[in-house]
Amino acid sequence: MFLINCPFCGEREEKEFSYGHEAHIARPENPENLSDAEWADYLFMRKNTKGVHLERWVHTAGCRRWFNMARNTHTNEVLAVYLMGEQPPKEIRDMIDGKKKS
Amino acid sequence: MVDTYRLRSPLAHLHLDARAHEEADISGTGVVMKEIPYRGLINIRGDAADSAFVDAVQKAVKLSPPVDANTVAGKANTTRIMWLGPDEWLVITSPQGADRAMKALWKNLKTDGLHAAVTDSTQARTCIEISGPRAREVLQKGCSLDLHPSVFGPGQSAQTIVSKVAVMMTQTAAARNGDPTYELYPLRSFATYLWTWLEDASQEYGLKVG
Repeated sequence: MFLINCPFCGEREEKEFSYGHEAHIARPENPENLSDAEWADYLFMRKNTKGVHLERWVHTAGCRRWFNMARNTHTNEVLAVYLMGEQPPKEIRDMIDGKKKS
Repeated sequence: MVDTYRLRSPLAHLHLDARAHEEADISGTGVVMKEIPYRGLINIRGDAADSAFVDAVQKAVKLSPPVDANTVAGKANTTRIMWLGPDEWLVITSPQGADRAMKALWKNLKTDGLHAAVTDSTQARTCIEISGPRAREVLQKGCSLDLHPSVFGPGQSAQTIVSKVAVMMTQTAAARNGDPTYELYPLRSFATYLWTWLEDASQEYGLKVG
């Protein structure tokens, strides 16, 4: 159990929320032009990150709004919460980039 | 089509009226619980930054939708508006006021160019009121929010979980003796479970049905 800071309601227990899987996966604009492999990649293939992961959550038992969250999948530390349609804060992007380089 | 039908509260089968204490004296009682059925519950959605929307709501129910999260506008036992989300509110009325509020909201929000929604959800939920000097301790057994009056005072609200049941909850103005009074709005199919759970949790403090 950990606490999540809902951008609308404030800090609540994780059990009030539902997990919505990896964030920032854009639906292809022209699915009919994709190969089966490309479509399958969009539908099924997800990162299995150990460390900083960008994901979607919904405050099911509260305001029922979706938002994005950066969470360390190893420690369950919530690193940032940001709205739908937004990009992760710079420090989170730096954390992810830094990890890629190392 | 049936034009009228008999309203039946989701807790009617518990015959709470027969258990209700007439006397006002609750000394020695830790918790007082009662059902307040049939309150009007109208869900409205719109943009709080759009003055046309705010004006229309204000015109219909004489209150503006609160923009502060987890708050309720209006006084206890009168028409109120509870914040449910950044673009969603719940208008709570007396049982008699539901139809009139619904019509007024519908009439005022049905304006060209105004993007809003009004949904009557009156019969989706019932209201369980819990008060008394130990009411907070009872709720705290099944709710992870900090309900201390310094944090969750009169006029505060929350949508949260009380013993596995998703409820809308508000603290109304403190009772005569200064004890907090909480209103829980569970979905009607969860009402029996929540009532019996609260009753069980209240046993050790002494419970009266109000």
